[in-house]
Amino acid sequence: MPPSPYLYIVVLMIAALGFAAGPLILARLWAKKFSPPKPGADKGAIYECGLESKGDAWIQFKSEYYLYAIIFLIFDVETIFLLPFAVSFTGLSGGAFIAMVIFLLLLVEGLAWAWMKGVLTWK
Amino acid sequence: MIDETLRSELQKQGIVTTTLEELYNWGRKNSVWPLGFGLACCAIEMIAASMSRWDLARFGAEVFRPSPRQADLMIVAGTVTKKMAPQVVRLYNQMSEPKYVIAMGACAISGGPFKQGYNVLKGIDRYIPVDVHIPGCPPRPEALLHAFMTLQQRIAEQELTGPNRPRHLNADAPAEFPVPEFGEHDLVPPKNSGVWQPPVLVRA
Repeated sequence: MPPSPYLYIVVLMIAALGFAAGPLILARLWAKKFSPPKPGADKGAIYECGLESKGDAWIQFKSEYYLYAIIFLIFDVETIFLLPFAVSFTGLSGGAFIAMVIFLLLLVEGLAWAWMKGVLTWK
Repeated sequence: MIDETLRSELQKQGIVTTTLEELYNWGRKNSVWPLGFGLACCAIEMIAASMSRWDLARFGAEVFRPSPRQADLMIVAGTVTKKMAPQVVRLYNQMSEPKYVIAMGACAISGGPFKQGYNVLKGIDRYIPVDVHIPGCPPRPEALLHAFMTLQQRIAEQELTGPNRPRHLNADAPAEFPVPEFGEHDLVPPKNSGVWQPPVLVRA
């Protein structure tokens, strides 16, 4: 009975795993035998620039930049969609036209909202 | 152990004999990675030494590591102020074993021209063990290369057993050196007595 064709894949997979894990295990053993670590509080510290870390890493970032993201979407990304729309305008069906207008209106709504919020005024 | 004369005789005939210890040290001394870390004007000379004209890469030390965890040589290049000293010691503590220190320039070895300053540490060897001191203000890149070759020689001569064995093989060598803190007038403690003792004045 010939061996299963998958046998070769299994053999290659084991070889590949050994090739990847072997050096790591060897390095680990070498380190254990020849260079035992000298652990300590400083060596295990998170920060690496010499200063002590202060406070908690779990802090909240203010998400103020979402406004820029919205306005970027309106003025930049919209243009990308508008250009192919304009090029193929004469050949479009009524449904496609309405879908595009709805998309535009959604973004214009965002613009109107940002305008009302005073984002567009330079302070 | 093989006889030295026999060994050199064999070498002339094209037969190289070596020991594991020599091979190990040969590898260690040619792959010393310094910490990319400059404190003052000496750092400019250190940078020059690593560039093409002086080319520290010839000694296997061109990879200046930005993280202490990947470095095993600290070149203290410049004035160590008392504000900076805790950071220097902490960086030294974070370096991987075995680690070496070159104190570069008059400031790093003694405080230099700023020795009388209230805010200048009078030599980094007060807190961490320094292997090679380089005088000069600033020392030229050649001096740094010389210090580096001296360090390589010291690494090559280190026996892996016995009292002169490298730190990582010595279980008694301290893992970390105490980091000084800011006191009211000075760093607390002002020195690490384990590595530095004030010189005793002998009056005739």
